[in-house]
Amino acid sequence: MGGCPNLRQTTMVKSDFGYNSKVEGEVIVTRADAVVNWVRSHSVWPMPMGLACCAIELMGAGGSRFDISRFGMEVMRFSPRQADCMIVAGTVTYKMAEVVRRIYDQMAEPKWVVAMGACASTGGMYRSYATLQGVDNIVPVDIYISGCPPRPEALLDGMMLLQEKIRQEGGSLKRTFRGRTVETKIVR
Amino acid sequence: MEAAVLTDRFPRTQVLASQDMPTYQVAGEDLVETVRFLRDAQGFDLLADLCGIDWKDRTPRFGVVIHLLSTTHKEYLRLHVGAVNDAVPSVSSLHPGANWHEREAFDMFGIRFEGHPDPRRILMWDAYPYHPLRKEFPLAGIEVPLPAADVAEVTGQAVEPAPMMGGPFVSPGGKMSQAEPSALDQSWNEEKPKA
Ligand code: SF4
Repeated sequence: MGGCPNLRQTTMVKSDFGYNSKVEGEVIVTRADAVVNWVRSHSVWPMPMGLACCAIELMGAGGSRFDISRFGMEVMRFSPRQADCMIVAGTVTYKMAEVVRRIYDQMAEPKWVVAMGACASTGGMYRSYATLQGVDNIVPVDIYISGCPPRPEALLDGMMLLQEKIRQEGGSLKRTFRGRTVETKIVR
Repeated sequence: MEAAVLTDRFPRTQVLASQDMPTYQVAGEDLVETVRFLRDAQGFDLLADLCGIDWKDRTPRFGVVIHLLSTTHKEYLRLHVGAVNDAVPSVSSLHPGANWHEREAFDMFGIRFEGHPDPRRILMWDAYPYHPLRKEFPLAGIEVPLPAADVAEVTGQAVEPAPMMGGPFVSPGGKMSQAEPSALDQSWNEEKPKA
């Protein structure tokens, strides 16, 4: 920070309000949770769990027109080992539920789940023998996004809500699921 | 193709009434030879569709419908074959495209395709105990365990009947559309009248 004259000038002008390097030196006092959460919320690596039509809007959100990378979450990873936010975009059938849960188990903590669209949130229009009535029956969901499909803006709004939620989390690695506190089971 | 071409060669074949395309009732024993004859001698070289039917109170109860297309004569043709003892000969050796269609008909109706190279379910998982498109199967489904025991144990989730009444698209008490199966009755199946 010391090597940047412009920044130093700015700091001097705003010294009454913001960070004052003359008073505090190069030290910031804050809570560990706040720093960790700040880092986490700006480096969300989504796992695109595209299962049906909603996945098309998810792809749209990743494209240049809507550009999810403006919010620091464009690094979509198809390996659960490299992702920390599963975006469930589409209809979860009972046959696929097992796979969704297994991929969730394989993601490293801390991890979050976004249920994108009516199907992932509630089963949507599929009131049938084949469809899981909401992915929250098998994985804990942090954000539900309404719509069939949600527009990319709605996904971006949901992801920014998720960032807000991450910023307010306690630093514990423990998560709750259906009212119970659960340690994440590691599946090899 | 004249109907007599088929009925002369396969005397058990009957012409069925149809509104759109020539339709024949074929005996199960003749099916493979009929499809081969149609493909090699009559130019019906494309299998456009193959599906099952639940006739409910006929004997045999299930049937298989095959749509063939001649890409040279631009003609469609439909074959119906009854599934005696719920079994029909497979035509996937003649038309490889029939492979997955036959698996689907097996999955949804429980029709066995004899001689099929890979007679597994295709949509539902292998251990699923029902055939969902049969008339008596309720629209909402029937409770069975999840296919993966470990996921069922961790999540406490089973394959449950879907909520019809009380679901987001049902207004209780209101009159539902006559055209579609009503979601007001969770146990609705094809055998019941539409509410
Ligand atoms: S919510 Fe709508 S758009 Fe999304 S997967 Fe379901 S049916 Fe498709």
